[in-house]
Amino acid sequence: MNKKKRRLAIRSIILAILIAAIAYTVYVTATKDTNQLIKVGDQAPNFVLTDLDGKKHQLADYKGQGVLLNFWGTWCPPCKEEMPALNTAYDEFKNQGVQVISINIAQSDFEVRNFVDNYKLNFPMTIDKTKSVMRTYNVDQLPATFLIDQTGKIKKILTYGITEPEFIAYMESIKP
Amino acid sequence: MANIVCECGHINPIGTHLCAKCGRPLSEEEKSKKIADMRYDGTAIRSKTYKKTFIDHIWNFFSSVKVGVSLIIITLVMAALGTFLPQVMYVSVPLGMTEADVYEEKYGLFGKLYYTLGFSDIYSSPWFQIIVGMLAISIIIASFDRGIPLYKSLKNQRVRRHESFMKRQRIYGEEAMDEVQAAEVFDKAQEKMKALKYKVRREEDVLLAEKGRFARWGPYINHIGLIIFILGVMLRLMPGFYLDKTMWIREGETAAIPGIEGYYIHNNKFIFETYGDSDEKVEASQKAADAINSKAKNYQTDVTLYSDKVDGKSLAGNTDDLEKIKDYSIQVNKPLKYDGFALYQMDFRQNELKSMKFDLVNKKEGKSLGQITVNLDDPAKKYEISKDIYIELKSYYADFSGFEEGVPQSASPIPNNPAFIFTMFTPEVPKGETSFVAIKQTLEPLGTTKYQMKFNSVETRNASNFTVRQDKTLPLLLIGGIIFMIGVTISSYFSHRRIWLQYTKDGRLLLASHVNKNWFGMKKDLDSIVSYAKLPPYIDQVDEDNKKKELDNKEDGDNT
Repeated sequence: MNKKKRRLAIRSIILAILIAAIAYTVYVTATKDTNQLIKVGDQAPNFVLTDLDGKKHQLADYKGQGVLLNFWGTWCPPCKEEMPALNTAYDEFKNQGVQVISINIAQSDFEVRNFVDNYKLNFPMTIDKTKSVMRTYNVDQLPATFLIDQTGKIKKILTYGITEPEFIAYMESIKP
Repeated sequence: MANIVCECGHINPIGTHLCAKCGRPLSEEEKSKKIADMRYDGTAIRSKTYKKTFIDHIWNFFSSVKVGVSLIIITLVMAALGTFLPQVMYVSVPLGMTEADVYEEKYGLFGKLYYTLGFSDIYSSPWFQIIVGMLAISIIIASFDRGIPLYKSLKNQRVRRHESFMKRQRIYGEEAMDEVQAAEVFDKAQEKMKALKYKVRREEDVLLAEKGRFARWGPYINHIGLIIFILGVMLRLMPGFYLDKTMWIREGETAAIPGIEGYYIHNNKFIFETYGDSDEKVEASQKAADAINSKAKNYQTDVTLYSDKVDGKSLAGNTDDLEKIKDYSIQVNKPLKYDGFALYQMDFRQNELKSMKFDLVNKKEGKSLGQITVNLDDPAKKYEISKDIYIELKSYYADFSGFEEGVPQSASPIPNNPAFIFTMFTPEVPKGETSFVAIKQTLEPLGTTKYQMKFNSVETRNASNFTVRQDKTLPLLLIGGIIFMIGVTISSYFSHRRIWLQYTKDGRLLLASHVNKNWFGMKKDLDSIVSYAKLPPYIDQVDEDNKKKELDNKEDGDNT
């Protein structure tokens, strides 16, 4: 009797594993577009970029604080639209332990500086000249906003233009 | 369910055909046969032994060879269905249409159905994956069900078999002889068998010689190879195992390779050569597709590969001290291969604007005060011609697409249609005058100007498009393939040969033999042993039957 029970258990386990493998394969294929290497809950990959003032920003240095990464380009209308809102939110949270690092995608210093001056942006503005950080974060749609908590985990990935109340709510959520 | 107790006292599981200990036939089916069915050595196929729970029913379903064969056929039929209409990767969808529209328009309702059911991307369709997955389950379970009992049976096999087992072997012979003679025959047979590399086990009056048992594992090894292969194909779909991305890179640029951490590529030069007139140039407006038709000889990108790894660690964006790895010329079919990834030359774009030269010209007199060059990659804020003649760049739009609420817009970061707002400072107008300059368009938003930025010439450059590929499943596919081939070789070229000898109490010497294939080779071995050791002559019972049948047929023929 025991032998039969054991056999049933072994069979159930083998079948369950095999069927789960198929189900997972089908699921992964069906959701291929949304399945990225970087996803919510992952440790945010470390990077270093220099801002327009020549200051180096390394993500690892901000451990213990919340970090909002914003990828953008001047040719992207929703990126431009959300900038003033982000600026306001930055001013409100910069002394509450939430940092903003804005990452422009490989544009010229001239264009980015001009933009920052026109919009009077206060947060650090970096340019990812080699698209290295963009590709590490698997960004293929702009704007892209990553919310990283104090432990360095990605809490949220947003790929649309964000409004001021939303920015404030999201920054509140990663406040240490 | 009850087990079967053999006459010899051995307890066999239900479904057993031949007793595992003595070899007596147990099932009615087996008893009715003249020659024993030696498949799986007469053991019970495991799934046939219990049919009770729901799980057992599923298990039995997958264990069936019929089901396995059906699954193979369904897989083939589905793959064939995928060839009815072009697959989706070979369909170029016009702007403003979806793939579904294309199929419907071109092939009607059938096309729409075909697309909806996923046949247009057959290998990614859930149907196909489920069927292949079920096939994998079938292979695994069928192997378990047959392989394990067979292994146990061969491992525990006894030297002594019941006379009925020996008689029912295809090769059988017997002869009466006295004890002394029998012992001598046993000795000599054993000697010869050992010379023929048989493993011989002898117990008093019985003997078993065995060679090449591993040949029985051929099909199972082959199945393991298949499973590893299927696993490899499955892993390809998982993120991180298989990478297929594209990247554009202009001459003079350095860019991170997408999906490959820590590596950068620098485009030194793109080279396009055609046959015939070597000076022949491809027009700027010409697309890559047209260019291919103009007798292309070579597409090549000279690149330099860099790594940002410091002590094996990579930090994104840390491009200050890139370490040069190597220079390489990527050509079609000659990819750059490094550290498991490969870069293929796929496409190119010629004559992209790189810099523009302008003359600062007095409109009335047409006289130039000097010339400036605007590098579109990195425009400067101020261009000085002399101390009191200079130009300030107020704004730059790489891909000017029109005005929105009076503000110029750029559609992309690529300098397809550059536009500038210049403020010109001259001794004549020391406070400066502003003009908007785009290709074939000049606006003076703050009043008419005395001077203008007159377009002089451009410098262009080319861009290359690479496909980045990385396949971490290749070693697994290779291992699976090799194991599969080993299995095929074992089951094709090796056979499991067994010879039983027995001296009965009533003074007869029995000889029986079995081989899973290649009876000819078995008989050759037997003949040499029989003639050396003076064993009883044997008959091949299948051959005998066939001869008899032939004889019967002949007699039938004579009657007509």
